[in-house]
Amino acid sequence: MSTRIYDCLKAIGEKIIENKDFLTDLDREIGDADHGVNMARGFQAVIEKVDQDNPDIGAALKKTGMTLLSTVGGASGPLYGTAYMEAAKVFAGKTEVNGEDFGAALDAAIAGIQKRGKAEKGEKTMLDSLIPAKDAFSEKLAGGASLKEALDAACVAANEGIEFTKTIAATKGRASYLGDRSIGHQDPGATSLTMTLETIRDFL
Amino acid sequence: MKKLINGVDNIVDEMLDGMVAAYPQYVKRLDGFDVLVRADGSEGKVALVSGGGSGHEPAHGGYVGKGMLDGAIAGAVFTSPTPDQVYEAIKAADGGKGVLLVIKNYTGDVMNFEMAADMARDEGIEVEQVITADDVAVENSTWTTGRRGIAGTIFVHKIAGACAEAGGSLADVKRVAEKVIENVRSMGMAIDACTVPAAGKPSFDLAEDEIEIGIGIHGEPGVNREKISSVNDIADKLLDKIFAEGIYGSGDEVAVMVNGMGGTPLMELFVANKHIKEVLDGKGIKVAKTLVGNYMTSLDMEGFSITLLKVDDELKKLLAAPADTPAFVQV
Repeated sequence: MSTRIYDCLKAIGEKIIENKDFLTDLDREIGDADHGVNMARGFQAVIEKVDQDNPDIGAALKKTGMTLLSTVGGASGPLYGTAYMEAAKVFAGKTEVNGEDFGAALDAAIAGIQKRGKAEKGEKTMLDSLIPAKDAFSEKLAGGASLKEALDAACVAANEGIEFTKTIAATKGRASYLGDRSIGHQDPGATSLTMTLETIRDFL
Repeated sequence: MKKLINGVDNIVDEMLDGMVAAYPQYVKRLDGFDVLVRADGSEGKVALVSGGGSGHEPAHGGYVGKGMLDGAIAGAVFTSPTPDQVYEAIKAADGGKGVLLVIKNYTGDVMNFEMAADMARDEGIEVEQVITADDVAVENSTWTTGRRGIAGTIFVHKIAGACAEAGGSLADVKRVAEKVIENVRSMGMAIDACTVPAAGKPSFDLAEDEIEIGIGIHGEPGVNREKISSVNDIADKLLDKIFAEGIYGSGDEVAVMVNGMGGTPLMELFVANKHIKEVLDGKGIKVAKTLVGNYMTSLDMEGFSITLLKVDDELKKLLAAPADTPAFVQV
């Protein structure tokens, strides 16, 4: 029987692979039509390469990050790869997830993405879903909510983040070349990020 | 989608093996990686390494050889190669005198190449980088990712490659590469989009009488869509944007590249070049060298880009130096 963390990563992978064409079509509107294809290739490798028997969450996340880094390419590879590898540090040696660690992992992922991508909130990127999700998560958790309830709030905020990306022009990534023509389209990275959070919520 | 392929997953792999089969005298493949390096090695000289997504052939593997690149990494179609691949290319190309990375300015390329450069530096390899950003279709602003690197990158390969071949130090090679980058500008257009094999459909839709001005080289839509006009009018539009940079004036000397996007007949590129030459003559700009052909393509896209490089004596000499690569031979 495989471990919980493996099953969770596999569920994320299957969600991404299932939405390969959808994510690619979103990218076709404002980017270069490969987000779904690249992410699906990366998560196919994650499903194959992550150790199914090791319950160490940190080890599984680190392997996920390194695998994405070496298989996805483009901007998503370094960004998602960095996010998973930074989150891995929070969970090193741990086999259980609690709210505090999950929040710290989101913080670490955000910091890693910002350092690598030099982006801020409001630039039509995955951060427009991830940062509000983290804020909603922390607020809910501080109010005494469970991990699952806090993740519910995070997913609502992440979806609002997707809607927000429709209203703004991209200033980072390939969509920035379109200028104001990127307005009206949702960001593919914010979309795949939200799918990730939703899958984790549903898995818990 | 109609493509001459065996399957979308193996295109890059099969292409690289096919290139090695065609040009064993120029290139060899790094075992297990999507990397081509010089067959004769790069010992004792500064190595030039470039690369990017595939789909731009002959860029970049076609420019591996004497007087140009020492290594080229091929990513998936239109997708930056990953850091581990770039790192292997740096290690293999390094001839002991350091490595200059020539990176086209895209978010992913810059991130992946920089991560690889960090890894190589940890191993004690001297690595420097330059970033090409010649596409004037994109506004150069701190609020965007900045201009894209497109066909002008080939002039960086040629000129910095000649400097390295002549024994230039890493600092010299980087300096001339940056001089090219400062003086080169490009702009492109498409009359029809390209089809990424794995996506299976055109990257944007154009009506029968529509063209897209200011396209990049990845099937990303351009900055302006309009009705088709004569190639002279279209070339004027591209040149106007390039001239608006204020770099090129009467009395200057330039190198010209009329670059096909992959699906455009050479006949049409030469027609465009006739007009470009006339416009430059009219402005009192001397043409030191002209390249017409498919140098930096975008799969099967129909369209072209114009590149102007202002040259001084140093750049002219390096541009005229011999080169011997699969896609660029100059005696």
